[in-house]
Amino acid sequence: MKSTNSVSQFSLFLIFVRRRENEVCQQKNSKKPKTIYLADLNVFSGIFITTKVEKLKAKAKEIRIELLKLIHKAKSGHPGGSLSATEIMVALFYHHMKYDAKKPDWPDRDRFILSKGHCTPVLYTVFADVGYFPKEELKTFRRLGRLTGHPNPKLPGVEIATGSLGQGLSAGHGMALAGKLDGKDYRVYVLLGDGELNEGSVWEAVMSAAQFKSDNLIAIVDNNRVAQDSITSKLKEVEPVDKKFEAFGWHAIRINGHDIPAIIDALEDAAEVKGKPTVIVADTIKGKGVSFMEGQNKWHGKAPNDEQLKQALEELNG
Amino acid sequence: MAKAATRDGYGNGLLKIGGNKDVVVLDAGVSDSTRSEKFKEKYPERFFNMGISEMDMVGTAAGFAKCGKIPFASSFASFLMGRTQDHQLVSVAYSESNVKLIASHAGVAIGEDGPTAQAVNDVGMARAMPTMIVIEPADAVEAEKVVEFLVGHKGPAYVRLGRPEVETIYDDSYKFKLGKASLLKGGGDAAIIASGIMVQESLKAAELLKNEGIEAAVVNMSSIKPIDEKAIVDAAKTGVLIAAQDHNIYGGLGDAVAAVIAKKTLDVKFDVVGIKDGFAESDSQEVLFKKYGMDSEAIANAVKKAVSQK
Repeated sequence: MKSTNSVSQFSLFLIFVRRRENEVCQQKNSKKPKTIYLADLNVFSGIFITTKVEKLKAKAKEIRIELLKLIHKAKSGHPGGSLSATEIMVALFYHHMKYDAKKPDWPDRDRFILSKGHCTPVLYTVFADVGYFPKEELKTFRRLGRLTGHPNPKLPGVEIATGSLGQGLSAGHGMALAGKLDGKDYRVYVLLGDGELNEGSVWEAVMSAAQFKSDNLIAIVDNNRVAQDSITSKLKEVEPVDKKFEAFGWHAIRINGHDIPAIIDALEDAAEVKGKPTVIVADTIKGKGVSFMEGQNKWHGKAPNDEQLKQALEELNG
Repeated sequence: MAKAATRDGYGNGLLKIGGNKDVVVLDAGVSDSTRSEKFKEKYPERFFNMGISEMDMVGTAAGFAKCGKIPFASSFASFLMGRTQDHQLVSVAYSESNVKLIASHAGVAIGEDGPTAQAVNDVGMARAMPTMIVIEPADAVEAEKVVEFLVGHKGPAYVRLGRPEVETIYDDSYKFKLGKASLLKGGGDAAIIASGIMVQESLKAAELLKNEGIEAAVVNMSSIKPIDEKAIVDAAKTGVLIAAQDHNIYGGLGDAVAAVIAKKTLDVKFDVVGIKDGFAESDSQEVLFKKYGMDSEAIANAVKKAVSQK
């Protein structure tokens, strides 16, 4: 944990250097400053970032394994959308977001809302690992207690209940507006599913956030292209997702949602955008990492049996 | 006697509490009708017009509440309640968000706009919402006092307001208490338990009955949930209870009173005045109340019938 802290401090320093570099670029109105000092740091930062990314990749693998064990033990839960969102969650909670799991009510914290609330396996696995609650409590997933099938705010780290799709973006926007009103610089991250975008209420919130120029609101679409019943294109096609958000007045970034450096870059870019909210459309694979779950709608909300778990863990470990 | 609509009491109440920096007001594009525009004029930085999107308004209000704000979110009862049930359940009630839903234009009484704007099932929906309190003030003064009360009450609330101007019953010394009814007129032969605009009709009914030698008490049950059980027990001593509501006979104040009668096994003749499981049409409040059996005469007739059966 200590090494992680020093790494993140150093990471912050490097981000600062990179930003300074950008400013110099902008001031000189040139492509790249030819300063040896900055170039040296850039090389160093490249090496460092590679290490950091490797650590985050390892964390994603660990989270995938643990969340599958969680669903297996509870004999119910949602593996598909948890596995597709794993890198996004890892980039947010192990790198990008400003929060303190020991002080979940810290007023200046960045807010996170899992609008696709059925993906508690990945949420709870990450929350326990970063220290919002004891790992021991994971045993109670989907049993009496705070680890309900869909999140509720009795659990530290959960800002608001979700589970009925289409509500998280409005709630997140309310938090973003409150932050502006209070002169705070926190940001609000809302993770949505592409199937969820069928809900009309999402687009009410999309219009509002553009209207209020809420640049402290960042929506991330886990665009795994598969919902409970079928592939999303056969239910109600939501593509082109990024173009739709752009047409509604948002800044849109489209990335591979399993590419950790791309996610980190997108989050950093989003933080720089002024005067409009940002959506990161993260193209992902439902059930990512487990061959028999990938792209399969039947693994939307089903627990693996003993044999299936064994195979899944072998694949993830292999 | 002065007249004012309960929605005007909301606008005035917002001005009284506006000094509290935690108060934010949201509206769904009808702020001139709900009277939340009064707040907008004085505190524009804390007023948020969410446009014609009630679900988004309720969800946004919940987000505000989760950051320590006290949001008042207003629209017409039909749309605010009818369209946002799921957001109320998940983002507000289950999330323990301190959101105040203020619904104007309730009931058949709004008249000419017709059934799509005449909310007649909203109280039933609000009562069934876990942890939500339900209040329907009888006049503008009470509405204003309710707004002041809500700032100090933690938890979700549904307040039902009307468009028509009604006689002002209370003066500024009135204090609203959650779960407390107020006896507006005594009477030993029967008791009418009413809320909102039906309090006015009930007072008129009591006058009609007096001419026929029947002394009917009138109870303002503005606190529909939690309801004042003691007031109902006391009123039942007359042997006749009539619940009067501008709402479907199912799900509203009448059902709430009936539940108390059953729970306390009260020995009374009981009936409900309201819209009888159907829809009204367009016309003035007076014409509709008469046609659909909700005016003072209909209330008086219900009382007389019950008294004759004692």
